[in-house]
Amino acid sequence: MNYVENILAGASARKSVSAGEYIEARCDVVLMNDVTGPLAVKEFLKRGKKIKNPSAVVIVCDHFTPNKDIKSAENVKFLRDFAKKQKIKFFEIGDGGVEHVILPEKGIVKPGDVVIGADSHTCTYGALGAFSTGVGSTDAAFAMLTGKIWFRVPEVMDFVYTGKKGKFVTGKDLILLTIGKVGVNGANYKAMKFSGPVIRALSMDERFTMCNMAIEAGGKSGFVVPDNKTAEYVKGRPGRKARVFEDGPSAESIKMDISSVKPLVAAPHLPDKVKPAEKFNNVKIDQAVIGSCTNGRISDFAQAAKIMKGKKVAAGLRCIILPGSQQVYGDAMKAGYIETFLKAGCVIAPPTCGPCLGGHMGVLAGGETAISTTNRNFVGRMGAVTSKVYLASPYTAAASALKGRIISPEQL
Amino acid sequence: MLSKAESAPWRAKSASGGKNIIKGRAYVVGNSVDTDVIIPARFLTTDNAKELAAHCMEDLDKDFRKKVKKGDIIVAGDNFGCGSSREHAPIAIKASGISAVIAKSFARIFFRNCINIGLMVFVCDMKKDSKSGDEITVDMKKGEITNARTKKVYKVKPVPEFIKKIVAAGGLLNSIKK
Repeated sequence: MNYVENILAGASARKSVSAGEYIEARCDVVLMNDVTGPLAVKEFLKRGKKIKNPSAVVIVCDHFTPNKDIKSAENVKFLRDFAKKQKIKFFEIGDGGVEHVILPEKGIVKPGDVVIGADSHTCTYGALGAFSTGVGSTDAAFAMLTGKIWFRVPEVMDFVYTGKKGKFVTGKDLILLTIGKVGVNGANYKAMKFSGPVIRALSMDERFTMCNMAIEAGGKSGFVVPDNKTAEYVKGRPGRKARVFEDGPSAESIKMDISSVKPLVAAPHLPDKVKPAEKFNNVKIDQAVIGSCTNGRISDFAQAAKIMKGKKVAAGLRCIILPGSQQVYGDAMKAGYIETFLKAGCVIAPPTCGPCLGGHMGVLAGGETAISTTNRNFVGRMGAVTSKVYLASPYTAAASALKGRIISPEQL
Repeated sequence: MLSKAESAPWRAKSASGGKNIIKGRAYVVGNSVDTDVIIPARFLTTDNAKELAAHCMEDLDKDFRKKVKKGDIIVAGDNFGCGSSREHAPIAIKASGISAVIAKSFARIFFRNCINIGLMVFVCDMKKDSKSGDEITVDMKKGEITNARTKKVYKVKPVPEFIKKIVAAGGLLNSIKK
């Protein structure tokens, strides 16, 4: 059995499972947010009074927080009251941030866990070696009622990265490269394994970025088999111990030599429309967004600050910095990145999903164009239906913010 | 507070109402229709089915609401429902009166959500020779879909037994043993 099958066999109390089988598995973490949570909780309340396994359930209100309007505020209040009554984890904005940044940070997800989240980017936690996947609100309600969820055991697609990574090539570029190669449904229903010497050398933050976007290739999950870097990341964080599982053969293996890869950009309106950033030099941008569950961690801001230090963003361009969590915000302040961004003319927003999904804090007007370190560039994703989003790494977004048009950081 | 009136009538029993035939006009869309265009995030502060239906697909086709009639069937290409896990998307489609979605392939979270809320979904590659307005008949017993205009008959990809049981129970939550 491979890594995913071993986790799922353990979680379903079976000796063995194999790809294609339907199983019912224990959930170590059940996550909801302010968009998907109200629906899940209402469905739960129709059938149950007490959550089966309250210690597994986590609510993070991050999409429209700090509450953007009265309806959002009512939804958050509803979830907060529910959390209090059920004695489940609920993170206030002063102690929180974007769900997929704070769960690993706070030690809530551990290697070997089975995690479901009513948010498609729940696949992020595969970077820790968890089996982690996005579901809907009804699934979350079911898991609250029963402590379990059904899965079809996925086939594993192993992406093996070799070669020497270019100076400004990041985990974001590698995942864009991968989505560009297989297409937006190239890994539909599959677990995407990221491996090879390039991944072994990649920071945890960049592994989170890669696993976060597995869903953009249709993946059920993305994962990296835990190693020393995973152990180092987990060390000293609260919560349960990591579970260790063996790996085995994958259904499919795709090898990629990345030596000649340049900083990449995904053009509107799908994340697989990937080309080198320098091919888009004629694209003028109105806004740059740096942050999100994809690229809102400390090393992402280190990259952006490195580019922006002592420089100014282009006249007439809005650059929005979204730290992924209060912790990241504080760390960025200590490291001097926040000062660099302020001096460059950026605005620092509170940790929130905000503009990524066209929620608030940087919505685009008709005809406007943004470069963004987020994960989706669908029609109308960041605002008006005629607006456009180009996806890129923090290096590329920061470099483009300085020029007011899309450039590769290599062109600075 | 969220009122009880906002509860979910669209969850009642299985979507086909126990019938084996679904008949309706096709509304044809392309590949990778994502949940952001099915129901944009700006409308996600509610889970009221009627309110969601009022904005269903408006970023793809602002006249969607005027064009579709009760019972119509969405016929799509690859990867229908990709992107966000928002269950509001299948809820909006169902509350618009759409009786089923037929696609060459579905994104997995969307497919799961449809099963869970009882919106009928069929995997079948028929978009390439269908036009909006075609009369489509799904025979669930035979596992066949017919387009009356082209007279073509397609085989539906069979549904796994495990999923059939959820649908037969009237959705995921109804499948929980008392």
